[in-house]
Amino acid sequence: MEDVKPQLLKVTIDGIEVEVEPGTTILQAARKIGPAVAPPAMCYYQPLKGSGGKCRACLVRVAAGSAKDPRPMPKLVASCLTAVQDGMIVENETSPQVIDARNGIVEFLLLNHPLDCPVCDQAGECDLQNFAFDHGKATTRYEEDRRTFEKKDIGPYIQLHMTRCILCYRCVYTADQITEKRVHGVMNRGDASEISTYIEKAIDNDFSGNVIDVCPVGALTDKTYRFKNRVWFTKPVDAHRNCPTCSGNVTLWYRGDEVIRVTARKNEWSEITEFICNTCRFETKKTSDWTIEGPTKISRSSVISANKYRADTIKPSFGQRLAAADYKQIHDERDTSQLSIQQLPAERFAKVLPSAMEPEP
Amino acid sequence: MATKILTEHINVPGIETFDVYRKQGGYTAVEKAIKTMTPEAIVEEVKKAGVRGRGGAGFPMGMKWSFLAKPEGVPRYLVCNADESEPGTFKDHYLMKNLPHLLIEGMIISSFALGANKSFIYVRGELMYVIHILEKAIAEATAKGFLGKNILGSGYDLELIVQPGGGAYICGEETALLESLEGKRGNPRNKPPFPAVKGLYQSPTVVNNVESIATTAWIVNNGGDAYAAVGIGRSTGTKLISASGHINKPGVYEIELGVPVEDFIYADEWCGGIRPGHKFKALVAGGSSVPILPAHLALTLANGEKRLMSYESLSDGGFATGTMLGSGGFILFDETSCIVRNTWNFSRFYHHESCGQCSPCREGTGWMEKVLHRIEHGHGHQQDIDLLVDVAKKIEGNTICPLGDAAAWPVASAIRHFRDEFQWHIDHPTEATQPGAVYRGEMALV
Repeated sequence: MEDVKPQLLKVTIDGIEVEVEPGTTILQAARKIGPAVAPPAMCYYQPLKGSGGKCRACLVRVAAGSAKDPRPMPKLVASCLTAVQDGMIVENETSPQVIDARNGIVEFLLLNHPLDCPVCDQAGECDLQNFAFDHGKATTRYEEDRRTFEKKDIGPYIQLHMTRCILCYRCVYTADQITEKRVHGVMNRGDASEISTYIEKAIDNDFSGNVIDVCPVGALTDKTYRFKNRVWFTKPVDAHRNCPTCSGNVTLWYRGDEVIRVTARKNEWSEITEFICNTCRFETKKTSDWTIEGPTKISRSSVISANKYRADTIKPSFGQRLAAADYKQIHDERDTSQLSIQQLPAERFAKVLPSAMEPEP
Repeated sequence: MATKILTEHINVPGIETFDVYRKQGGYTAVEKAIKTMTPEAIVEEVKKAGVRGRGGAGFPMGMKWSFLAKPEGVPRYLVCNADESEPGTFKDHYLMKNLPHLLIEGMIISSFALGANKSFIYVRGELMYVIHILEKAIAEATAKGFLGKNILGSGYDLELIVQPGGGAYICGEETALLESLEGKRGNPRNKPPFPAVKGLYQSPTVVNNVESIATTAWIVNNGGDAYAAVGIGRSTGTKLISASGHINKPGVYEIELGVPVEDFIYADEWCGGIRPGHKFKALVAGGSSVPILPAHLALTLANGEKRLMSYESLSDGGFATGTMLGSGGFILFDETSCIVRNTWNFSRFYHHESCGQCSPCREGTGWMEKVLHRIEHGHGHQQDIDLLVDVAKKIEGNTICPLGDAAAWPVASAIRHFRDEFQWHIDHPTEATQPGAVYRGEMALV
């Protein structure tokens, strides 16, 4: 019997058309096109059921609902939850309303998030850092006291740094869905909410380490790796071993000849492809434990790949282009000759800006 | 004498007992509905009546009922939202306390119309004595054969359960209510799917307010057209208004929709005027979450016509010159009220009640509250006013549930209409923090 293929739906995102299967969300459709139009996602995590809709980072404008009903949706919608319809037109980075909303979301997420990137283990592979770089402002308008918490040990391998948490619920879903005996969740309400374990209990099961990998910020850190190194000084290598518990497919992070960290492999959207067990993650840290496959593929724009596998430097991303577009020369009417300061010649700007304004290939 | 649909017999002694209620013509609607009408006919009457949801959103109830998915082999549920906790709103509490049987009668009719065999009344946990009243009334109705198995020999079964809530404002949001009813943390769900498709226990569910459900008894007895004849335009029927603030006669009043706001405030039948020697400054017409209006806009529309107590008239002109009827929490402020302090107080509430699930609401409500606290206590900066407007704009429409909007609107509207007063607080930090200090500058008092 011939397989009946479901009819494909046409959706246009930022002017690029793509055909997807029914039931696909806008975010998935955008990811299919590529990183240029994929909305940022802090809480959505494809392998975890029920995730998404909380951070509101992926809000997009639906300019036309479908070919049948071309009315625009009244509000911005969370692209990670909204299913596409045939003929839908979505505006992501082309909509000023969306950019404005995202600027707001970055500001909200950073209200209580400390900018301790210089000492945070997640620096360089932090979703919030990337999101803030693309959409944030250099300053904050928040001058009130920030929310702080004591650091907490949850289990022998994991430390919870609640101050950095942005309450994306990813670790809660992970603990709920891939491990037995869920012992942690969200307590309290509003901006007093916190991730916590059930009355001083620890997370102790074979797959608990995965909560570290799913955390988009540095709230859950690996105690065997904390403060060992900056991620851009390490060299990721794909490796596997014969593990009785999990698939054993991991990424080893080398500093020189030493394996300083083991993580699960992540895809382009920094989502884990296969969850790994704690033995692989925390206890097998010798090269002899592993069969090396080769260097991990890292996105060219990632800080990890900077000056490592290629000679070319990081391409200006959306954030830089936005900054360049916003650039205003300071209007200074003073006679510079009197100040004995030479103003930067206009040609210098002309050299910098057009190249920065070029769209990414 | 104005038509009374819900509160006609409210002053009859002992009306909370089955026998007295029955003597006043109670439960005749149940008899009529179950014995002589089909569920579809009841839905049709409710549609004809044009009754709009009395919880605040004002969505037509009949249309909501007709959206209910009817898959085979899956139970359907009716949930009565009695988690009223909007500041300034207390009409459901009053209705349940005084007329428990009216709600139960409405629940039986509505459940029959929707084909639900198990229905829930989700009551705010703080109202424990109301829960006892309802449970007693349910026991009486069950003993008389109006609830339970085989109601009035028709073969229709209905189990009615009263569920105390956890006492969180967010549990009044319909999806958070369903989560709470399922025994989980009261976090709103992402929509779609809407409860009409996947609600309680993943089954089709209708969630209605107490007041909306209570109207069904009258609609069944008198017909949808008779209900639609009361009121004005698309705002049909009567509405319970919980009036409070600086008025002579605070209380719950049943009014026909379409009464002028001015009459409602000054007529002896209702609020009885502003307290003596004072002037009308501002009005919150539908519970604390709706935009606040200055006196002149509360009484007249932007085009000079009289503003009426109806969904359309109150929202005339959008948020620039209008507000919403909301849940009917009518709070009036005279010139002794400080709008900044009042806005801070509202903001404090929404900060405390935000569930913390989505980032704009979790962080934004706290931020607004802290800035308002600063302004009120004499530590405001000039840029704070624009900051508040901008933060409110960033929250509005970007959250999972309407709590974000509810937190943003009072702040945005207070600044829109009373910017001078915020400015005065910033310009006179020491003066503004004195007890009873109120800006009495250029303001249109009525």
